[in-house]
Amino acid sequence: MHDVRETLMQGRNSDGQPVRRPLSPHLQVYKPQISSVLSIFHRLSGVALTGGVVVLALWLAAAAESPHTFLIAQRLVDSFAGQLVLFGFTVMLFYHFCNGIRHLLWDAGYGFDLSTMHRTGYIVIGATLLLAALAWVVGFAIG
Amino acid sequence: MVESTLPRNSRVTEGRLLKAAPDAKRLKAFKIYRWNPDDGGNPRVDTYEIDLDACGPMVLDALIKIKNEIDSTLTFRRSCREGICGSCAMNIDGTNTLACLKPIDEIKGAVAINPLPHMPVIKDLVPDLTQAYAQYHSIEPWLQAETSAPPDAERRQSQEERAQIDGLWECILCFCCTTSCPSYWWNGDRYLGPAVLMAAYRWIADSRDENAGHRLDALQDPFKLYRCHTIMNCAEACPKGLNPAEAIGNIKRLMVERQE
Repeated sequence: MHDVRETLMQGRNSDGQPVRRPLSPHLQVYKPQISSVLSIFHRLSGVALTGGVVVLALWLAAAAESPHTFLIAQRLVDSFAGQLVLFGFTVMLFYHFCNGIRHLLWDAGYGFDLSTMHRTGYIVIGATLLLAALAWVVGFAIG
Repeated sequence: MVESTLPRNSRVTEGRLLKAAPDAKRLKAFKIYRWNPDDGGNPRVDTYEIDLDACGPMVLDALIKIKNEIDSTLTFRRSCREGICGSCAMNIDGTNTLACLKPIDEIKGAVAINPLPHMPVIKDLVPDLTQAYAQYHSIEPWLQAETSAPPDAERRQSQEERAQIDGLWECILCFCCTTSCPSYWWNGDRYLGPAVLMAAYRWIADSRDENAGHRLDALQDPFKLYRCHTIMNCAEACPKGLNPAEAIGNIKRLMVERQE
């Protein structure tokens, strides 16, 4: 679809000749803030989880396929790289979950004022790390 | 559309360095975005050194000093110098604010000054706000009522009703919030942005206005309202300490409540 703002990119110089105006810098200059950083990370974690679900489905499919395929899948998961991906997946999962609750509270009308918004942001970061660590400690304890 | 880089004609190049007089004691560098339609080139960043002992406390004081004493071609909007007109809205040290309300002392190192982000530049620090003003017009920012006012009096409100528009009417339309919003950067052709949506809610929340239903109908649109993803940059940016995100949240809740 045509962007109506395109019209405003057309300017004129002092002689009346058409000149293309520049677009002012945005991402290049805007300081990262807890508001925007947590927001983009919410979206990134959502995308990552979509990919993670595909991996999860492949793992289940391998289990359904044959003991041999499942063994290969398990070997991949048990490898260092596999564990790293799995750890990333849990961090993304808990982050998206915790920040999702934050979004639900906003949708219900709570937590908009700046100090609360900052506090809940840091709580989400803390809870994510705590829950991910807990999941792995419990996971290894169970075996 | 999301675009992480600038168009080729908008990439910023290194400009000139204008040094302060040798006897200056408290030096501060100001790195200021420059673009002149008559130069025919890309934007550049000029660096001006200022002696803070001979300058007022606010960033606007420094800009005026530069224009008066160093470089009269530097172009920016300003009027009231006390945070009520909204003219000197710009991106200072990475966040949007009013130059007249931003103390130079709060900024470590060189002071980077850019026009409001992701806007067409008319000259230097002057962005084209045509789109934002047209969007403001689109929400019909005036009182609408079928009932006529008493012939010999104003339309009355209780103190509680009047309190409903506190934190909304104070907006000065500087568009610091709107141009801090990544969603507005990418979808500003159709998304109304925080300032305009807060203005819309200001009339929806006003007990004297009788057209809330019509106003909500007009906002029932995937882009106009619902491109707000509660990023909250707007509330971080507002130089008046207002909270457009909360106002937008209230509109979204009214949308749901009226379906019940």
